[in-house]
Amino acid sequence: MTTLNEPLYRDDYLNAGYGVKSWFLTLDHKRIAILYLISITFFFFIGGFFAVMLRLELMTPQGDIVTAETYNKLFTMHGIAMIFFFLIPSIPAVLGNFFVPMMIGARDLAFPRLNLFSWYLYNVGGLFTLYTMVTGGIDTGWTFYAPYSSSYTLSDPVPVVVGVFILGFSSILTGINFLVTIHKMRAPGLTWFRLPLFIWASYATSVIQVLGTPVVAIALVLLGFERLTGVGIFDPKLDGDPILFQHLFWFYSHPAVYIMILPSMGVVSEVVTCFARKRIFGYKFMAFAIMGIAVLGFLVWGHHMFISGQSIYAGLVFSALSFLVAIPSAIKVFNWTATLYKGQIEFRTPILYAFGFIGLFTIGGLTGLFLASLATDVHLTDTYFVVAHFHYIMVGGAVMGYLAGIHYWWPKMTGRMYHEGWAKFSALILFVGFNLTFFPQFILGFMGMPRRYYVYPPEYQVLNVMSTAGASILGLGYLIPMIYLLWSLRKPKTAGANPWNSTGLEWTTPSPPLPHNFDEVPEVTHEPYIYEGGSHPHAVPVSDHEAAHE
Amino acid sequence: MIVPKKIYYRVALALLVLFILTIAVAFVHLGPFNVYIAVTIAVIKATLVVLYFMHVRYHTRLTWIFASAGFLWLIILFVLTLADYATRS
Ligand SMILES: [Cu+2]
Repeated sequence: MTTLNEPLYRDDYLNAGYGVKSWFLTLDHKRIAILYLISITFFFFIGGFFAVMLRLELMTPQGDIVTAETYNKLFTMHGIAMIFFFLIPSIPAVLGNFFVPMMIGARDLAFPRLNLFSWYLYNVGGLFTLYTMVTGGIDTGWTFYAPYSSSYTLSDPVPVVVGVFILGFSSILTGINFLVTIHKMRAPGLTWFRLPLFIWASYATSVIQVLGTPVVAIALVLLGFERLTGVGIFDPKLDGDPILFQHLFWFYSHPAVYIMILPSMGVVSEVVTCFARKRIFGYKFMAFAIMGIAVLGFLVWGHHMFISGQSIYAGLVFSALSFLVAIPSAIKVFNWTATLYKGQIEFRTPILYAFGFIGLFTIGGLTGLFLASLATDVHLTDTYFVVAHFHYIMVGGAVMGYLAGIHYWWPKMTGRMYHEGWAKFSALILFVGFNLTFFPQFILGFMGMPRRYYVYPPEYQVLNVMSTAGASILGLGYLIPMIYLLWSLRKPKTAGANPWNSTGLEWTTPSPPLPHNFDEVPEVTHEPYIYEGGSHPHAVPVSDHEAAHE
Repeated sequence: MIVPKKIYYRVALALLVLFILTIAVAFVHLGPFNVYIAVTIAVIKATLVVLYFMHVRYHTRLTWIFASAGFLWLIILFVLTLADYATRS
């Protein structure tokens, strides 16, 4: 903690070194988080560009701006960019990297070099994928289903498969780093049940990354092997089994949804308690629910395969198990609402996004039950209902949580405050734009419009036009934050150490933090969210830090 | 902790013996038991590698938990996948 006797200015992590080398060879988890932020934002806008093209094509029933082949490539590359290169690394690699050490009172992650290495792996994987995107694309769908991908497609999936394989290791290494850090580097007194829920969420996510990702890596290796050597693994013509690919793929890719959503749930828990000025309702239930979702998430993958030729018996089992996931998910939603109940809610930008998350995740989760039921799924499989469902989870849930976190921690990461009015405005239009884009897709899917076609019968046009109109509002809702967040970097670092009066350890450091986070390792003597009853033991007089930055 | 080299040599020798045994058994016709024996030997070999070469034997309970979690998840993968393959009509 800064006192008046010390020099008035100390270098924060952003000023601690200058030049390209100080960034590209940095071992500071905070700088690596910023590197990740730049990389994933780049891929977010690439994926967004493909989405714009898709929605433009779907404005009219006939094909107008692209051919059928190009359309197949567009939705494939949209999915690959958004899922593998944006959503999966989004919160863990950016906010987790930055805040997992800070929230447990550590000076860095357990393996700083491994952390930097995983950022490089991410970019190498990204380069392979970009190479394919600019040299002809890939049309297999982001799921790479065999035998189409291994034997029939005219595009070349191998570079992307290699890219996603490499990216997988980046994800595994981040997971291992977090697990070791959370086990071994917690501040004295920070017992498991004093951990902020964001740490629980990061822990559960890491478990999934470490245990799930190797399986998709194996599936992709086998796919590449079959394609390059002609040895039959998945292609029935070569005595392979195509459903085996789906088993291996979804063993990872269903839990991957929880890699996206659990960190968002962690962020929402932080934001809801902070801006409702209340303890989280049912802390232990929240922690167990996170772990429960992570484990149960591994038992349900077959719900993606009800009509694939999987046995009816397995379908029944997977259907029943899928319903179980609803229980911990519901616990979380109810506990957030119970936390908000009678809270003194301060309507700042982060909690607006958290509200968006709670509502949209609930819709996404409940529509998932339609798809987990065997009978309704037969009707809804591969329709726009599925597209709408997972966008409610991934965009309405995961991205809203990511933006809640970015807005909550931006003052800590940069030392600057963004323009509150613009931020609230864009949170609002994101919510409106999102629902206008994706709600009509539920109806379209229910009416029977299949996904992945670039032409459709004219009676579907009105709803498709609504969806495209919504997408343009949604796009604006993503551009505005880019502008005001970047704009805020021109201002002096006056956000103060703890602008929201939060109780987390990360807020006891100056904003932006010093290179080693804490001068003294903090000692923790209490549960995480002591918001009732005015000031809390961690409160650092903001004036100290403002003095430190004059 | 430092493991005496002697132990590594013994484990390596055991692995070689099991390897030769695997090949030898393959030449004896035992019907379905060929597979069972081959898989059993493979499991023993893997266990030796994990316990000694990967040092799990000398580590804390936490390491044991994580190492077993990997195998537990492998079992989940096999059991639920077989729930499909074993019940196809
Ligand atoms: Cu799923």
